[in-house]
Amino acid sequence: MLSLHHEARTPVHAVPAGLKLLVLFVVGTGSFFVRSIPVLGGALVAVAGCYALARIPWRMAVRQWLVVLPFVAVIFVVQGLLVDWGSAVLVAERIVVLVALAALVTLTTRTAAMVAAVERLLGPLRRLGVRPERVGLVVAMTIRFVPVLKEQADQVRAAQRARGVEYSARFLTPLLVKTLRLADGLGEALEARGVDEDDSRL
Amino acid sequence: MIELDGVSHWYGQRQVLADLTLSLGERRVGVVGSNGSGKSTFARLLNGLLVPGEGQVRVDGLDTRKQGKAVRRKVGFVFQDPDVQIVMPTVGEDLAFGLKHRGQDKAEIARRVDAALAQYGLAELREHPAHLLSGGQKQLLAIAAVLITEPTHVIFDEPTTLLDLGNRRRIARLIRDMDQQVVVVSHDLDLLADFDRVLVFDRGRVVADGKPDGCIATYQAMHPPL
Ligand SMILES: Nc1ncnc2c1ncn2[C@@H]1O[C@H](COP(=O)(O)OP(=O)(O)O)[C@@H](O)[C@H]1O
Ligand SMILES: [Mg+2]
Repeated sequence: MLSLHHEARTPVHAVPAGLKLLVLFVVGTGSFFVRSIPVLGGALVAVAGCYALARIPWRMAVRQWLVVLPFVAVIFVVQGLLVDWGSAVLVAERIVVLVALAALVTLTTRTAAMVAAVERLLGPLRRLGVRPERVGLVVAMTIRFVPVLKEQADQVRAAQRARGVEYSARFLTPLLVKTLRLADGLGEALEARGVDEDDSRL
Repeated sequence: MIELDGVSHWYGQRQVLADLTLSLGERRVGVVGSNGSGKSTFARLLNGLLVPGEGQVRVDGLDTRKQGKAVRRKVGFVFQDPDVQIVMPTVGEDLAFGLKHRGQDKAEIARRVDAALAQYGLAELREHPAHLLSGGQKQLLAIAAVLITEPTHVIFDEPTTLLDLGNRRRIARLIRDMDQQVVVVSHDLDLLADFDRVLVFDRGRVVADGKPDGCIATYQAMHPPL
């Protein structure tokens, strides 16, 4: 998902980040116990209502959508052929509700607030050896680097097209090399910026 | 003061730096040399990102091998590509990042981030996603995020290579106005023209060392035009 933050003053934006993450978590787990097409359909309508309430421009909402649409379609067809079409509808609804809600949370929450909320919610797990600051860092860096990776993928594709290769799985090799190089540089940059392996705050 | 004492370095079997002994006390030191001559390796040795295969590197008396962490706190590093150096999603968060990892309290971090945003003309961009910045703005952010932690020395590895003329000049001005000791690796000879000292690297050795005029002329003579 390439969701960017969408700044606005709406009731949805004003909900604290921690609460949004909790709702996402509850709906996420809950949806797996619901086996009713109308109930999940209702959830879908409710989420759509929240988009409207958050005044997300429809173009932005659609863009989130185009990315996951192919996956939903594939899963829907596979499920339909292997099991039955009723459960295919259920599975598709579940994914759509979850992705839409997750995208809504990212669109309406500043990353700093989100990271802080993740760290706070994971706080009680510290005793089990979970290090919330580290999880927070991973969340933040993921948000930062998804667009960078997408840009690299686009570059590799463009370079191949320039040489007359239209679609080829071989595009994965140079992308992998680029990604590994990025990861390498990133490790170095973190170290240069004062983050160490044994950092007590991580 | 940065000192190298009999420093050599190898990647596997391949020697890339050969027996460097240098005392760098000047405020602005430039480094030039062809691709692969060992400049980046040299730069990484100066803040302990690399420790030398042989010999010793000291920054204000701290040995990079034994006190690497302390050295990295003193010595900031600016990479060629700001895209690897900016690790947080937004401008404001990235500025706060280094301070957070130095255990500064929230109020102090907020105060310094505000000051840096104003100082580097980034005030409008606090909540701006880093990946939507222009190349020049990204490099500016990368440098600001290093300077905000108040290092006493800053190493730059080709900071202007990816920039257009306007942004190159902007970064050059910023470097010129810095109080810290800076070591700048660059192919941008204009940037180094008024430096206090320039080192010319060739195949892992320093082949010229002195005032910019003479050294840059030596370097240019090594690569005569057609
Ligand atoms: N991590 C590495 N592993 C192996 N060889 C390397 C590595 N980094 C650099 N080299 C090699 O060492 C030599 C010096 O590299 P470098 O210090 O990056 O030079 P410069 O910055 O002057 O172009 C080059 O030949 C380069 O290919
Ligand atoms: Mg280099």
